[in-house]
Amino acid sequence: MQKSLNIDPNKCTGCLQCEMACAFELEGSFNPAHSRIKIFHFEEQGRFVPYTCTQCAEAWCLHACPVDAIKMNAETGAKVVDEATCVGCKVCTIACPFGTVNYNQASGKVIKCDLCGGDPACAKACPTEAITYVDANWTGLEKMRAWAAKTDSGAQAAQAPQAPAGH
Amino acid sequence: MGWHKKILRVNLTKGTCKSEPLNMEWAQQYLGSRGLATKYLYEEIDPAVDPLSPDNKLLFATGPLTGTSASTSGRYTVVTKGALTNAIACSNSGGFFGAELKFAGYDMVILEGRAPKPVYLWINDDEVKLLPADKIWGTSVWNTEEWIKKTHQDPLIRVASIGISGEKGVKYACVVNDLHRAAGRSGVGTVMGSKNLKAIACRGTKGVKLANPRKFMEIAAATKKQLKESAFTGQGLPAYGTQGVTSVINESGIYPTRNHQDVQFEGANKIGGEAMFKPRPTDGQTNMVRNSACFGCTIACGRVTKIDKSHFSVKDKPRYHGASGGLEYESSWAMGGDCGVDDLEALTYANYICNEQGMDTISFGASLAAAMELFERGYITEKETGGLKLNFGSVEALVQAVELTGKGEGFGADIGLGSRLLCKKYGHPEVAMTVKGQEFAAYDPRGAQGMSLAYATSNRGACHLRGYTIAVEIFGIGAKLDPLTTEGKPEVLKIAQDTTSVIDSTGLCMFPNFCWTLDEYQQQVQAACEGDWSMEKMLETGERIWNLERMFNDRAGLTKADDTLPQRLLKEPAKTGPGKGLVAKLDEMLPEYYEIRGWTKDGRPSNDTLKRLSI
Repeated sequence: MQKSLNIDPNKCTGCLQCEMACAFELEGSFNPAHSRIKIFHFEEQGRFVPYTCTQCAEAWCLHACPVDAIKMNAETGAKVVDEATCVGCKVCTIACPFGTVNYNQASGKVIKCDLCGGDPACAKACPTEAITYVDANWTGLEKMRAWAAKTDSGAQAAQAPQAPAGH
Repeated sequence: MGWHKKILRVNLTKGTCKSEPLNMEWAQQYLGSRGLATKYLYEEIDPAVDPLSPDNKLLFATGPLTGTSASTSGRYTVVTKGALTNAIACSNSGGFFGAELKFAGYDMVILEGRAPKPVYLWINDDEVKLLPADKIWGTSVWNTEEWIKKTHQDPLIRVASIGISGEKGVKYACVVNDLHRAAGRSGVGTVMGSKNLKAIACRGTKGVKLANPRKFMEIAAATKKQLKESAFTGQGLPAYGTQGVTSVINESGIYPTRNHQDVQFEGANKIGGEAMFKPRPTDGQTNMVRNSACFGCTIACGRVTKIDKSHFSVKDKPRYHGASGGLEYESSWAMGGDCGVDDLEALTYANYICNEQGMDTISFGASLAAAMELFERGYITEKETGGLKLNFGSVEALVQAVELTGKGEGFGADIGLGSRLLCKKYGHPEVAMTVKGQEFAAYDPRGAQGMSLAYATSNRGACHLRGYTIAVEIFGIGAKLDPLTTEGKPEVLKIAQDTTSVIDSTGLCMFPNFCWTLDEYQQQVQAACEGDWSMEKMLETGERIWNLERMFNDRAGLTKADDTLPQRLLKEPAKTGPGKGLVAKLDEMLPEYYEIRGWTKDGRPSNDTLKRLSI
């Protein structure tokens, strides 16, 4: 069963634990600057949004790479950069429509999420389950559940004001 | 490790920025952040100096755990001689600035002298310089942050700055980072303003190195799990923030009301944690939008709120229609209960203005409460206030006062003096509810006797973060002591003060302490730092820090006479609540406290004590 990172911005509190976990897992450093997942803070809206590679099926980064340094891990579905092959040309960073492939000046190679080989550190570190690693065929299930509950007007009327997510 | 072992020293008079090695001998004695910065300040300035003179120094310090994966690792401390108190000032803030400063490669920034013209400090890893701030001088924290990010074309810059209140010399100006996180108390922002320093803007990409990273990650994961499973840090704080304690404190009869004239507030439930979730009749929305976290924090007690757009305070001001930070408990109390105000939307607005202009919400609220009492007793009139009708409970008065004080205009300049100077100016010093010139926090000591001693002996003036005996007196965390008696309190307080001092020095927040004991902090420090950081050493470090702060104050001219409370709390019994009829029984505890501390009868650390602690 293939799994996907599922992101629910409504649950994110903006703490950056995922960024640190990612940097530690993949670079051995406590340094969000090395993270492959980024949290965006939208202060005026009071929203925090985790953002990382979606592992597109037709991965443009993979197709764009002139030296075939980006390969698919058949087991996890992750598009993985082979550092030894990567020449740091950055074409993949242009090809990616979402900006989730980035150049690392220190190594001269590109970096992107590789799903930690099937056990993503960001999902484990997230204290609010804003980032979960779920069955790829059902990435929208939680959202559906939430919306279904909202449209169930009978239940809504009986409900007291809800405490926010995060506990 | 944990430390970068590097300090940034900025001489504002000369315009120089140089890095230098951190004194590792001191780091082994004082750990970091609060403790280590206090040591540097103590060694580098004459404690008798005028806080607003160029000879005072301003230190921004991170701890060895700041910027790590430990939960709540976003803290940094601002240490200086306080503008409000003339005592040691040490204000702690969360948000993201502290971690960013650490990532840039510095444990501490020491700012000395005074810039000839307004400047801001730009730190981009090793690129450090002072840049002109004439375009942002005279503007708010919010404008400053926006301008800096635009000018450097980088939204990821973190900024700590002062608002107009800090420039204008409001005595309790604070340093605000990340728009609504504040190094709040004792006037550290006032000192920053006196140095013509508008902001520190920081971008860091170096990360933090630890002594034993694998071990550290294991402990951090286990301690985060503990926080999640605790009723306080896993449920109460994320759901209701610090605001969740409002009703408990009010019911316990320790909710200071109308400048401490009473200890219970009839409107408390309208401004507490639960009220923030009530849909408004006007627009059906709630004040509360969601909870938010500081850097690395798995608790997320922060409140993100939105004000009712039709509320008179913001009706024609779209600037305040978006989401922003607050209310938290102390702010809602100081500007709310202490002023008799029970309008949640107005309090949220006043809180935004305090953030925007960089004012300590506690000292502002309590100073306004003092002004209200002066007004109601006829000691000042509309002639002095410039037409302001400063009656307790007046929402209009709160809104007008906060706007004026934030800009240091009109009678706002008087409110900006702080309670002590304000009441002295109008001939009624007894109305000022302060210790060492600093306004009380949201706990009346008559119904929680331990707090009498905590407030009186706090090195930075009245404060709830220097030995929170409420934890054992009201919440029963760790142990439960009768709040109405004095027995055992000096001993409990000493341990709390020492523990608090060392926790502040780690770079982590105080809130995990509702769930963790010092053990959990200690384990993380041990894995992060080289050297021995046993429990014994942690406690000794805390005690050393407390005594050094005391020595600073001693040399600044403070004496035993400053370890006291306002006459109201010592003479006028509480009118309601479980503590009805009680006064603060400070005298019963102070001599015992001095003895336990190893201090003389005059409250000075004895030579033996100083020697034992190697001070």
